[in-house]
Parts: sequence; structure tokens; C-alpha cells
Amino acid sequence: MQVKVNKVDRSYEGDPQMPLMWFLRDELGLTGTKFGCGVGLCGACTVHINGKAVRSCVVPMNSVDGAVTTIEGLSADGNHPVQKAWRAHNVPQCGYCQPGQIMQAAGLLNEKARPSDEEIQSTMAGNICRCGCYQRIFAAVKDAAKGA
Amino acid sequence: MKHDNFQIKNVSRRNMLKGVVSAGGLVLAAQVFPRDALAEEKLYNTGAGGMPGGAVWDPHVFVSISPDGTVTIVTHRSEMGTGSRTSLPMVVADEMEADWSKVKIVQAPGDEQKYGNQDTDGSRSIRHFVQPMRTCGAAMRQMLEKAAAIAWSVPDTEVRAQNHFVVHTPSGKKIGYGELAAAASALPTPSFKRIAFKQPSEFRYIGKGNVPIIDLTNITTGKANYAQDIRVDGMKYAVVARPPVVGGKATKWNADAAMKVPGVVKVIAIPATPAPGKFAPLGGIAVVANNTWAALRGREALAVQWEDGPNKDYDSSKFKEQMAASARKPGKVERNEGDVDAALKGAAKVIEREYYIPHGHHATMEPPAAVAKVAGGKAEIWSCVQSPGGTRGDVAGLLGMPESAVTVNVTLLGGGFGRKSKCDFALEAAILSRDMGGTPVKVVWTREDDIQHGFYHSVSYQHVTAGLDSSGKVVAWRHRSVSPSLMSNFMPDPKRESALELGLGLIDTPFNVPNLRLETGEAVAKTRIGWFRSVNNIPHAFAMQSMVAELANELGRDPKDFLLEMIGPARIVDPRKTVSSELWNYGDPWDTYPVDTGRMRAVVERAAKEAGWGRKLPKGHGLGIAVQRSFLSYVATVVEVAVDANGTVSVPRVDTAFDCGFCVNPERVRSQVEGAAVMGLSIAKYTEITFKGGRVQQSNFGDYKVLRIGEGAMNVRTHIMPHGIEVPSSGVGEPGVPPFAPAFINAVFAATGKRIRNLPLGDQLSA
Repeated sequence: MQVKVNKVDRSYEGDPQMPLMWFLRDELGLTGTKFGCGVGLCGACTVHINGKAVRSCVVPMNSVDGAVTTIEGLSADGNHPVQKAWRAHNVPQCGYCQPGQIMQAAGLLNEKARPSDEEIQSTMAGNICRCGCYQRIFAAVKDAAKGA
Repeated sequence: MKHDNFQIKNVSRRNMLKGVVSAGGLVLAAQVFPRDALAEEKLYNTGAGGMPGGAVWDPHVFVSISPDGTVTIVTHRSEMGTGSRTSLPMVVADEMEADWSKVKIVQAPGDEQKYGNQDTDGSRSIRHFVQPMRTCGAAMRQMLEKAAAIAWSVPDTEVRAQNHFVVHTPSGKKIGYGELAAAASALPTPSFKRIAFKQPSEFRYIGKGNVPIIDLTNITTGKANYAQDIRVDGMKYAVVARPPVVGGKATKWNADAAMKVPGVVKVIAIPATPAPGKFAPLGGIAVVANNTWAALRGREALAVQWEDGPNKDYDSSKFKEQMAASARKPGKVERNEGDVDAALKGAAKVIEREYYIPHGHHATMEPPAAVAKVAGGKAEIWSCVQSPGGTRGDVAGLLGMPESAVTVNVTLLGGGFGRKSKCDFALEAAILSRDMGGTPVKVVWTREDDIQHGFYHSVSYQHVTAGLDSSGKVVAWRHRSVSPSLMSNFMPDPKRESALELGLGLIDTPFNVPNLRLETGEAVAKTRIGWFRSVNNIPHAFAMQSMVAELANELGRDPKDFLLEMIGPARIVDPRKTVSSELWNYGDPWDTYPVDTGRMRAVVERAAKEAGWGRKLPKGHGLGIAVQRSFLSYVATVVEVAVDANGTVSVPRVDTAFDCGFCVNPERVRSQVEGAAVMGLSIAKYTEITFKGGRVQQSNFGDYKVLRIGEGAMNVRTHIMPHGIEVPSSGVGEPGVPPFAPAFINAVFAATGKRIRNLPLGDQLSA
């Protein structure tokens, strides 16, 4: 099957049930998409399919139905407004969950340029950060939305 | 100044002597240096020298300069989110007057002989290494200045390092660090006695919080590499089916079925290690494959049957009853002052309370992982280990190799919190690569593996008895602590908390009570007990700080005022003469880090002031306060809760006063305090690991619930107590956690009148 990842066509011949996350990580080496829980509960593996945030750990390869964007492809120079806001607020501690957080936030802003505080929190609630960067994540998403 | 704890490398001692002997004038008189007074006068003693590998103070080990001016600084501690990978090199750079934009950071492999202690644990990175790193930077600066003075043939007094240049002050001419690199690095390390520090007023980065973490761009672009992300040429992927009960072993499995899964290349049995196993793998059946997914499918096909072994009856609800029974009997006296029995007998009122905290688990966002390549008599590991030096020794021991044949490369750690101090996952990878004949193997732990095969935060039961006289003064305090010991990893069947665990916030009880007795009761570990961010400080602080608030309520006193009264006047509390065994002061010298109730009072007062203690609150809101000395720091937290009609609790505001001595990187201290509030609230509200039939009953974030965004602690205000660099730096990563849960529970009481003594809170308010 053919899958477009970060604007590049990729082919895949293996188990059609393999989650997209393992294809990205093990086959393509796009390890910015992190493995956190494998069951769609933590958000570390969040990527975009046609601009919409999805958990790549629960999307089997045979149901990938659009162009995939990973953190590596979010912006050419790493300066997506969400990435810039993350740096301005010094959000990360260990950093492991942050690509997923950023992809989720960018997905939210794709759908709604000016989300309310409640919308930010309810959308970001699927992404766990065990270091506890939530206060800064919230502030960064708000800032990115202002600049959007 | 005591030199005993300063292990300057022999090589640098030799260099120093060579400098004296061969160059005569190279070792300069003290007055030549225009900076601060000599280092020797300014340093304080720490426990760094007592750790494996000690501390290394030689700039030749940590700093190099290339001709283009790039300064490369080696960082030897693991980065798991505290920021030490940035903060320690930042200290070097500042003291050496390096321009941070020209600094490159290199992660040291595991080698404690070369770099000093690397066990990134116990909130020690800044505490033990700010002085050695500052010394390295100052020495390097002096070498650069010396090289310029020689190049210009001018007196040393006429040159001064300034932001990546050395300036000849009379003429204003200057020369860059890159041009001086070769000459400066050929110079001997200045004598320890001759090293002069910058004046704190000259600091560019130390104490400022103006340096972002060095991995910030890589993290936000997905380029940061953790152990789960490591890829090595020819690498295979493995997952392991581990015994569901600690001490169990596989009796039957279907290797053929696993091998039929496309992509599976081998099934390998890992032997079980009898307890106490230190960090040895649990054993089990590994499936090695061409990718992680195939390995996972292969593992499902194994259908392993297990023999459960001696811990198969471990049941958390029964164990709680056993611990309670133990806590209600007289225990082993660990510290004794006055006569508690007589004082309780004569008391006008006796109040007894019990507090319970279940097992917890780290659940680092990155589940454990390691890549190993064991071939040709050598082993190379890539892993997210907190203790690369310890891992090196353990891998060498496992494989029967000398340590010199083992390389441990340290990746970034996607969270640590103590879990990744135990290198069982790296040992698994080493076994599998060896058994694969040298093929590199990555062991991937899934979230279920992580939650079900951890080293758990110990379950605990605390029994506190206070005696009040007729005037309402506390005349007796008896605290009995029961908790299976983490020493069970290292020795057979310890029956009670060790000196180390007592040192974690019980033995240093600061209360100003004439009759005080601390005891331990028996409890034997039935699973692997690990250390979890702040460790036994969590139950000890929860019991002490809840009890103080309960007494305040009994007496109709303001909880903050009563807490200050319990702490008593500003003084040094010295329990060294009243403890039964050696007092463990976080491995650091008492004289540098005594129990100072003045500092404890100060954080209580600051947190209360900043929080507006006593202010009028909306209906359903309440304030709670708690304080704990841990990792030689003093932290007080005021939590505001809001409880709605359904019993749902939110936390609109947190004020934490944080005294970690001199604060090297206030920006990262704030992030640690914010994170500690989130983790503290997870502990208070949600996290619980339970056992039944010896098995962990939770498996993923669905049933091991942790805090998510918007569930509280979104408005954490950090108030750092200001200190000069002469006040010894103390721990940062852990001390924010212990006061949080009791402050939260005290706030819940203030809001609802309901006293919670069993964590987590769960649905106790709506039930």
C-alpha cells in the first residue's frame, strides 16, 4: 500500500494491522512520533492525517486514509507557531511527550484558530505529561492561538 | 577547608606539580587574581566525595576548546527533565566567561572513574556538582588568561577573560578563546589553592534563569533522541513476557506459534533471578523480531504458563490490615526524647490517627528501553539510565567482562523519577544481544510492561499519637511508620524501614515537643520496592502534616499558626544523639546541612503570605498548608481547593515557597515546582497500584490514572527563597512533592470538614 508521509510517498507491504506508529518509528525512522501507551490513552504518538490530530498507535496501516504529517514535517524550519510558543514558554522538562502535545495543539488550531480556554483544556486532556508541564502547555497553546 | 572529600584526579595533581616544577612562575601568587577570594575559602563540604567515583574537579575532563572557538562541555549526569544537562555546563561556562551561544554539550558515557559519580538520583546533581563545575570553569578561565599573558608577554594582572575573549586591559586589545585554545589546554591545571571564582555580581547565567534548556529545539522538532528512539544498524526488536508475580517463572510456552508470526526471528528464555536480585531482570520469555509490532504479536502467541512462586498471595487489601496491626503495636524505637509513655499517660487528651498510602508507580512517559550490542568480547549499551556508571558495572558483572569492555551511552530520559535508576531493561538487552550472537537488540517495554513490572513506590501505614496538656500544648508525639523496605532489592527480607528510609523525612522530625518517639513496625516486601521521586518523604510528610492540621482543628487553632508553634523557635534541631542507629542526612555532612527550623519557619511564613493565608474564600473553597524538609531543602506549600456539590475537587491555586540554598537556575527550579505540584496532585487524587494474587491489577493509563491538563495545579506560583552562593545548594528535583498531598488534603478538610486519611482521594468525597 502507499502512504504519503510528510509529503513523501511511502510504500508498505507488511501486516496491514500494524499501527501507523510502528511504521513511522521502526520502518521510516521518524522517531519524533513517540510510543507512550499503545492504546490511545496518552497522546505521545499524535500525528496529523489530513491535518487532523490522531493517535497513530491505534490507526492500523490499512485504515490510514489520508496524508500523514509527523512532528518532523509540521514545518520546514521548526517554526510553526505552536513550536515557537513552546520555546517561548520553556514548556518541556524531559520532553518526551512534547511532540505529541505540539501535534495535538497544532491540530486544534487547524480546526479552530481561536479556541476557548475550555476547548484548549478538553482537547489537550488526551495528552499526558508526567513531568507536569500543563501550566506552560496551556499558556503556550493560548499564545500560539493569538499569533495564528 | 577539608580536603578529604575533594578527589582531584591524580593526573591533575601530577599536572599541577609539573606546573610548579617545570614552569616556576606558572603557579601564581594569590593576589594576582583580581576575582573573588580563593576558591578554597569559599567552598563548603558536601557528600559528593563519599559517592562511588566521587567528584572530579579537573577542567581537562570536562572542557575542551576548538580553534573555531567552540567550547565543548561534557555533562556527566543523566537528563530526565530536571535540566541538569543544561544547568551544570552553564555553571562551567559562566565561570570560564564562555559565551553560551558558542557552547556545545556532550553527554558522557558511563565512566565514574573518569567523570565522578553519575548516579542521577537523590536530587544531587546541582547539590554535589555546582562546586566542582564552578571550579572547572574558573580553572579553565585562568588557563586562558595565562595563555594570553604568555602570548602577549604581559603580566597576568593586565589580562582579564571576558565573554569568550581575553582582554589586555591597559591596551584594550583582545584575543578569542579559539585562538588561545591550543596554548591554554597545554597549560597545567592551576593548583586548587590558586583558583579564584568570579564575583557573583559578574555572573551572566548562574542564578539568572536566562538560559533555555539545550535540547529545547530538538524536543520541539522531534529530533530529541530517547532510548525508545535509538536505531543501530542491523538492530532487531524484542519484547519480553515477564512473570506476572515477582519471583515466578515460565513453565511452558509455545515458541513455535510465536515463530510463525511473520517477522519473528527468535524466542529466547531469560532466566529468573532469585530475590534479592538488585536490578536483575525478572526473567521470562523474549520474542526477537524485525520490528516492534511483530515482536508484540509473537509475544501474544507464546501463551506462557507461569509458576507464581512465593509472592502469589500478595493482596493489597489484606496487606493493609497486616500493616495496620503492625502499626498498632509498639515498634522498634528509632529516635527517643523525653518519656513519651509517661507523657501520654499524664496527658489531658490523647489523639491517635492513622494514614495510608498505597503503592505508586513512576509511569515515565517513555517506558523503559535499551539497545545492546554484545560482540567480540565487548558490550555497548544505549539506554535511558539514571545511573550509567552503575549500569556499566552491572552489565560487566552479568556478562563476565571487565568494565573497560562495556560502553554505556546515555540517551535522553523520557522521565525518570527513580524508575530508571534500576537498569533491568538494559540487562535484558545485553542478555538478548549476547544470545543472538552479537546482533544489536532493542528491548521495548510497553506501557503494560512498565505498569505491571515496576519497582513500586512502597505502600505505607503511619500511626501517630499526640498527647495534649490541659492548656492545649502538645507534650507527647509518637510516630510509628510501617513500610516494606527498598533494601529488599539488596538484602534478604529486611523487616522495616532502613536508616536511609528513616532519613527520608522521619528521623529529622523538627517538632518542638519535649517527649518525642519515632518507631518503625514490621512489614516485608512482596514485590520489588523502588524509589519514587521523594520516596518515603511522601508518607512521612503526609502523616506528620495531616496530624498537625488535625491537632490544630481539635484545638480550634489556625493551622498555619499551630504548624509554626509545632516547629518552634528558629534553632538547629540535632537528633544525632537521640537516634538508635546512624542518622542518614541524605549522604551529606551535618555541618553543611543541619536541620534548621529558622529556614523551615521562613518557608511556611512566605508561602502563607504569598497565598494570602486567611483571606476570605468563595463557598466550597479551602486553603491547606504543609511543609517538609527533604533532600536538604525546605519547602512549604499552600494549596487552594474548590469542591463542588458532586464532591469534585479542583485546585485553582498553589503557592510554594522553595528554599534550596543558592538557586543556580531559577527557571528550572520553577518548572520542577510546577511539575511536583502536578505529580503531588496525581498522588493525592489518583495513583494507586494494587496487588491481587501477587499480580498488579492495573495495566495502562485507563486504570492507572494520572493527572491530565485542566484537572488542577494549573496556577502554581513558585517563591524561591533568595540566598547568596555561600549558602549550600540543596535538592530541587524531589522536594516539591512531599508537602503537596498533605497541603491538598488539609485544604479539602478546610473546604468540606471531611478528613481524608487514606490516599488516593478517589471518590471519597462523593461516596
